Amino acid sequence: MNSAQIRKLFPILDQEVNGHPLVYLDSAASSQKPISVIEAVKHYYEHDNANVHRGVHTLGSRATDAYEGARSKVARFINAKRSEEIVFTRGTTTSLNLVASSYARANCKEGDEIVITPMEHHSNLIPWQQVAKATGATLKYIPLQPDGTILLSDVEQVITDRTKVVSVTHVSNVLGVINPVKQIGEIAHRHGAIMVVDGAQSTPHMKVDVQDLDCDFFAFSGHKMCAPTGIGALYGKKALLNNMEPIEFGGEMIDEVGLYDSTWKEVPYRFEGGTPIIAGAVGLGAAIDFLQEIGMDEIEQHEKQLSAYAYERLSEIEGITLYGPTKDRSGLVTFNLGEVHPHDVATVLDAEGIAIRAGHHCCQPLMRWLEASSTARASLYLYNTEEDVDRLVKGLIQTKEYFGYAIG
Amino acid sequence: MQLDDLYRRVIMDHYKNPRNRGTFEGDAVTINLNNPTCGDKISLQLQVENNIVQAAKFSGEGCSISLSSASMMTDAVKGKTVEEAMDLANRFSCLMKGEAAEFDEYEDIEALSGVNKFPARIKCATLAWNALRKGIGSEDQE
Repeated sequence: MNSAQIRKLFPILDQEVNGHPLVYLDSAASSQKPISVIEAVKHYYEHDNANVHRGVHTLGSRATDAYEGARSKVARFINAKRSEEIVFTRGTTTSLNLVASSYARANCKEGDEIVITPMEHHSNLIPWQQVAKATGATLKYIPLQPDGTILLSDVEQVITDRTKVVSVTHVSNVLGVINPVKQIGEIAHRHGAIMVVDGAQSTPHMKVDVQDLDCDFFAFSGHKMCAPTGIGALYGKKALLNNMEPIEFGGEMIDEVGLYDSTWKEVPYRFEGGTPIIAGAVGLGAAIDFLQEIGMDEIEQHEKQLSAYAYERLSEIEGITLYGPTKDRSGLVTFNLGEVHPHDVATVLDAEGIAIRAGHHCCQPLMRWLEASSTARASLYLYNTEEDVDRLVKGLIQTKEYFGYAIG
Repeated sequence: MQLDDLYRRVIMDHYKNPRNRGTFEGDAVTINLNNPTCGDKISLQLQVENNIVQAAKFSGEGCSISLSSASMMTDAVKGKTVEEAMDLANRFSCLMKGEAAEFDEYEDIEALSGVNKFPARIKCATLAWNALRKGIGSEDQE
């Protein structure tokens, strides 16, 4: 894979920021978009735009075909059995909230358990807190090892016959840990619980096969995988989706409406009330085409190598703290540079044209576990190169010198 | 983008040697504020008697900008009436908006004027001042 060539397909990366060529190392927050995705959205608005599943006219049919075509692409991309198992949402947060508010509220009661981990993003944590509060179920945590990984023996201990829902992130957005969600799912199923996977940080970076994982729900966002913001998906096994109530009501999602009662469309439409994010779905379809043309295995391989290179180069910086496991990591590195606050690190790097994330990464419980009020994170994608990593390392050494001089 | 506009020597001095960092043993009003976007926290304690801020202390976690701003603020309000303290807070808001503001009584604060060129950092600088506003009775936060 030639990431220098791929980089040229992303117009935004070809610019100077604060007088330096941009080095974008914040793809775990949101990825950049290739020209093909931007063009697909533009083409949709210039040629096919209309509402879906309504109009008899030609544009209405084209818009519907484009929207449903994107659904089929998503289904194939994560190897779902059927397109109906793909619900379009605004993103991972909405997807997880749908499972929590619909499935979990209906299926959890006092004495039941919901099992998650302390490394979850707030969007895979707060929805379950809310379900626990509303139903009287208990929220339980699988403990973390010192390097942030989880042991299946601990999973065996925490999940019991009272567990109804297990929800774990596929890849941690802070630690870079890749969790054994398939094995965790097997344990969950043995106890009669369902397995929910937060795929926000895995889907953009590796081949995902929901049938192989045998998870019951799988949530992800488009904007982290080269698609526009505002579009994402929830995969759910059809038997489960069929028995779930919608959580939003209105146009598009009904079968028949009376004065005092209504019935719902079949899945997935009953979960897509209102005019959907049609252009976003088209963009997501184009992003999937783009990623598949390069190949998910190639992308994963590239990021693995680059991540190992980044981890090694960063670990050579004196006074740096790196978080997460030393091997089998995803394409991100989270760190702290001695006593220099991550905000200050990010500001100095930004002055050099280097974009990283600083803060709690929507993981406050994990930050407490790490005993860090905040951290800095550099995250990689298919358009990043070793040169980007070298620029980061140089920038960090400059940051150290700057602050060493200023506060040392 | 000139980093030295942001990280002036006087700011670094307050960061390295924060004034009034710690907590009071005796009676004090305590205000806890978070900056939820980044995880910074401040706990500000104020001792107000006869409408005068007798003393102020702060503790918490934050970057150079938020800690130095807290250090300056707690120093600047000492001995001021509540109205004078509020006037300081208002002038600080102006400074963050890029408007002209003078701090003859505590000139160090003017070093923070560079922050307005770094929009992402304004919230860092205003955290302590928002805590002050809360503590002396105004709910308005800038």
